[in-house]
Amino acid sequence: MSVLLSQDFTFIVQGITGREAVNLTRECLDYGSKVVGGVTPGRKGREVHGVPVFDTVEQVVDSLGYVPDGSVVTVPPAFTKDAVFEAIVRGIKLVVIVTERIPRRDVAEMVELADRNDARIIGPNCLGVIVPEVCKMGGIGGPAKDAAKAYTPGSIGVMSRSGGMTTEISSTLTAAGLGQSTAISIGGDAIIGSTYAELMPLFEADEQTEGIVIYTEPGGRMEAQLSEWVAENEGAKRPVGAEGAARLPIVAFMAGRFMDDEEMKGMSFGHAGTIVEGKEDTATEKIARLQEAGVPVVERIDEIPDAVKDKLGAKV
Amino acid sequence: MRFYEYESRRIVERAGIPVTKYGFCTTADEARKAAEEIGGSVVIKSQVLTGGRMKAGGVKFADTPDEAAEHAAAILELEINGHMPKGVLVDPKAEVAQEYYAGVVWDGTRKRPLMLFSDMGGIDIEEVADRHPDHVGRGHLSNLFDPPDFRAKEVIGHTGVTGSALTRATPILARLARLMRDYDMTLAEINPLARLEDGRFVALDAHMEMENEARPRQKPLLDDLGIEPTDTREPYEPSEFERNVKAIDSADHRGVIQGKDHGFAGNLGLVIGAGGGSLTLTDAVRSQGGKPANYTEIGGNPSVAKACGLAKEVLKKDGVEKIAVMMSIVSNTRVDIVARGVIKACLELGKDPAETIAVFRIPGAWEEEGEKILKRYGVEYCDRSVSMWEAAARAVSKIQEVPA
Repeated sequence: MSVLLSQDFTFIVQGITGREAVNLTRECLDYGSKVVGGVTPGRKGREVHGVPVFDTVEQVVDSLGYVPDGSVVTVPPAFTKDAVFEAIVRGIKLVVIVTERIPRRDVAEMVELADRNDARIIGPNCLGVIVPEVCKMGGIGGPAKDAAKAYTPGSIGVMSRSGGMTTEISSTLTAAGLGQSTAISIGGDAIIGSTYAELMPLFEADEQTEGIVIYTEPGGRMEAQLSEWVAENEGAKRPVGAEGAARLPIVAFMAGRFMDDEEMKGMSFGHAGTIVEGKEDTATEKIARLQEAGVPVVERIDEIPDAVKDKLGAKV
Repeated sequence: MRFYEYESRRIVERAGIPVTKYGFCTTADEARKAAEEIGGSVVIKSQVLTGGRMKAGGVKFADTPDEAAEHAAAILELEINGHMPKGVLVDPKAEVAQEYYAGVVWDGTRKRPLMLFSDMGGIDIEEVADRHPDHVGRGHLSNLFDPPDFRAKEVIGHTGVTGSALTRATPILARLARLMRDYDMTLAEINPLARLEDGRFVALDAHMEMENEARPRQKPLLDDLGIEPTDTREPYEPSEFERNVKAIDSADHRGVIQGKDHGFAGNLGLVIGAGGGSLTLTDAVRSQGGKPANYTEIGGNPSVAKACGLAKEVLKKDGVEKIAVMMSIVSNTRVDIVARGVIKACLELGKDPAETIAVFRIPGAWEEEGEKILKRYGVEYCDRSVSMWEAAARAVSKIQEVPA
């Protein structure tokens, strides 16, 4: 199994006629994903790589005769909130938001509406989700042949605040013989739809997943939240697997340690979310918290496979 | 982006929150006039985007307009933590009965705005929260509804405040919450919020920060305050390198390049990407003894001209002899285009690419084509079998071979 996506998962692309969206649609179709429709207001009747385009999500649902499982939203920042509201209100349960530079007030509104409708948001400012050889939802991993090079099926769940680093880490795991159950680019903004701690229960309920790797950065409380989650659930059993299955081991990588330097104060690098606003936000503070919670934090990407194997070995 | 105190003052005024009669002045003469209009004792405050004004002598009291002018003249010349003031604020010395704190911040974990109120104002709210937690009221707000007055009332009620203080402070906190939402603030604070001897509440000092991503849609407010789009409010002035990279980026819509060199003073030029990759690679260079001359981000498949322009700017920096061209695995940006760009940059500056490019590690889209181009110029290509850490190590060792 996997989390979020499966073999028969269907999704649409909102903003499908945009340049990046056209590429993304091609990539997902090539990978074997079921892209069943697209929306761009005013472009009803067109096709993008054989995928029919509609003006509204409602029209897609009417035409299909069912509500698709997910939507990839890639529309300009000023229109994203409306597009996401439309998807959620029409019953879509998984929304991947690719768009970046969305003010956090809009993101918070979308997340609250999703919560009220039992829907989940991944992103914004993310590349999406991939279940190797099963389904790719979003630009994650790039063209199908490139995605196949980096991602292979296996037992490691990957979550990353950086889209590109999701692929780099998965490729490193693949080279070491460790495949991935599901890799999620969770997004680089200060407020995102699903944090590590919010996704952990999904991985814990997945029989295929045996370990987790996360890519982390300065800024925000997401890592502190994960540390708290780990501490709160200490000793609890996973809901799946052999009786008494141990908790999923987690290995973390922290980038942006240089941002702790005095002269970097007040600056943000890489992603909007890296802006340090509180005392828990720095790399040093996050590393300390994660380690205290029993999550090893490695300094090099190429150390990740051994750290994972150590953890998996220790579990047996 | 952070606002000056006088701007924050105007913003709270717009939101219907009472303030004292004040003047923003850029000369001693203006300060004298403002003091005359206000009448009585005044306080002169330096307008700088940094803390610790009081300690640095940036806040002074004056009993007469002449004294106000004298203090203003001194404060206008006073640098605080490396910042020159934009002007001074002249404010009446208020007859304060009690100071309160009112604030609205983002709670990133709950993904909701959080209202805060304390009857111990005038000091840092974090300090109050640590030492006197029962004097801090808190309450989350829904993102989907306008902040209601009753939530503000509840939050104030948590601190034990009642009577007319409660009824008068309630609309102020509620308006602050609406202001935070309407103007896309990441932080909206009034500290102190003062109850005057006559019972009125006024905002004596306000601190506002707006989310950069919201600047385009907040243009009407920013125009009103006279803030130009070019006024980035970075904590420092952009360098020539930073300005040049920005100009190259805006000249062409394909792809995105960014460059920073504030706080970097090394000899190894970095031409790196993308977001997370750049953070990882900068750490890897520094952890292995390398001294980056700058930081960059390449993303979204830039044109050859853009990649070339970025590499040239890095190479033009003082003391930079070699560049390290490195990225995490790319799926959108094309390896061959970046390769063409950086080689072109070397050639146009009369440098040998094989000597100048310390390492080229970009695996991913169009990597075979990229490798061919690099080979032609004698530049070794590193694919994904060379880790980001190893690539950084190679760059550092090559730069250390350069005789001093």
